[in-house]
Amino acid sequence: MKTASPFLELENGPRVNVTLDGMALSLPRGANLAAALLAAGVGVFRRTPVSNAPRGPFCMMGACFDCLIEIDGTTRQACMIEVTDGLEIKRPHRDEALA
Amino acid sequence: MTRSDLVVIGAGPAGMAAAAQAAELGLSVIVLDEQPRAGGQIYRDVDRVAPLRGDMLGADYTHGATLTAGLQHGAITHVNGAVVWAIEDQFRISYTVNGRGAQIDADRLLLATGALERPMPLPGWTLPGVMTAGAGQILLKQSGVLARNAVLVGSGPLLYLIAAQMVRAGTPPKAMIETQSRSDIAGTARHLGGALRGWRYLVKGLKMLASITRVGVPRHTGATDIAIEGTDKAQAVTFKRNGRSHRIACDTVFLHHGVVPNTQAARSLNIAHTWDAAQRCFIPQLDSWGQSDKSGVFIAGDGAGIGGARAAEFAGTIAALQIAFEAQRLTREDRDRRAAAPRAKLAHELAVRPFLDAAYPPYAQALLPHDATIICRCEEITAGDIRSYAGLGCIGPNQTKAFGRAGMGPCQGRYCGLGVTAILVDATGQTPDETGYYRIRPPLKPVTLGELAGMDISAPDAAE
Repeated sequence: MKTASPFLELENGPRVNVTLDGMALSLPRGANLAAALLAAGVGVFRRTPVSNAPRGPFCMMGACFDCLIEIDGTTRQACMIEVTDGLEIKRPHRDEALA
Repeated sequence: MTRSDLVVIGAGPAGMAAAAQAAELGLSVIVLDEQPRAGGQIYRDVDRVAPLRGDMLGADYTHGATLTAGLQHGAITHVNGAVVWAIEDQFRISYTVNGRGAQIDADRLLLATGALERPMPLPGWTLPGVMTAGAGQILLKQSGVLARNAVLVGSGPLLYLIAAQMVRAGTPPKAMIETQSRSDIAGTARHLGGALRGWRYLVKGLKMLASITRVGVPRHTGATDIAIEGTDKAQAVTFKRNGRSHRIACDTVFLHHGVVPNTQAARSLNIAHTWDAAQRCFIPQLDSWGQSDKSGVFIAGDGAGIGGARAAEFAGTIAALQIAFEAQRLTREDRDRRAAAPRAKLAHELAVRPFLDAAYPPYAQALLPHDATIICRCEEITAGDIRSYAGLGCIGPNQTKAFGRAGMGPCQGRYCGLGVTAILVDATGQTPDETGYYRIRPPLKPVTLGELAGMDISAPDAAE
């Protein structure tokens, strides 16, 4: 999966296991979640409620709210979260996107 | 309720310098910052990253460690991961940290909320893979994550900085599509005096450019009609240059045509802002100490008008001196004596700005985009929608909310506000000051019921 990523990771620290829509992912512990997901090859973080358009991180500084993901049922900004072991991440409006 | 002499919002250069100066003069200071570690965006995560990638990021970045060291003063409480969502009168600040709400009181308030990228609405700018150049820098600085196949689009020194850093990291950008033209450079002649006073920046800029061109990164200057192609992600950038059409395939697009003050917190306090024609954005009205028209509220750094990181540092120190004077920790003579050196340095830092503003103006077609281009990313409102509201009699940004929810999504207008004002100015013939900006109200960031229910009024000590 990492080789398909348009991003290159320079750091090579310890990794932890998380899930994204039930799929297992290994991400660097303590990393910025949005950066870690991008480096893991995840481009689309959510679909918009207005038009179901795909979105991913845009500003990386907590201002644009485009990297919204769902953690434990709460919508959060991925760029403002650090990776911890066992995070269960969901992509908002995924079901509509697949329909 | 914790009460402190000064609450600083933002731990970038202005906030860190102000906190250190105020603490040195005997004030109790609480610094609230959204990020997990101090530095702001310019020095993001500098204490952890400088030993890892300091060489790649350069001395201008590692300088930030001198400022984070200043936060270690015993009179400073630095609360990281603190998202401020309300500021009420005289002054009660509400924020969330570790999933719990908290409140603190302050005699005085310094807003050091920094800058945002100037929104650059282009066809396709909402696609995954399209980010701000600032985001690209943050990925590199904080996370050591580099785009392998990126195109940089826009204008301004930050574009060259990130390109130079990517070159040093061994993953140069695929191309630079630059919007400034020869006539922009020709129009800078009257600012040359200031540019020469800031010659160090010009030399740095030339060195960066040389490092980019040396490895063969193509530069397409004077580009127009820029659009990003893709369905579920960015796949290519198309543009015109000298009448010819170009298409460059890529995975990542970094956009940049300047930064603008992040005025969200200041506007929520109803602080007066005026249009700055040179910087093409609204800036808060301040006196030479950074004092706003609201007693006790100071603003320093890029949030007060774009000056860059070093200027922010000096402005933070200057504001802290006045705050200490008001708090009777400093005589007027002492204040003025201590302010002389930072004032001189600030003037020196700002000397190059008029040149940079003229040489690298915003991309005209992103200030007044085509009808089909999305302006409000959250609510997916297009430039044509805003124009149609104007045709129906809508004259101000706040009315556009009623017409079509522009600015009412989660970002609360941060990335559409200036665009909406510009389109209305163009459509109505009013000035930017007459047209105005969104009225910003709390919560400044979304807050959950759980965060409110878990409100911890003994913070911030318990929240650290």
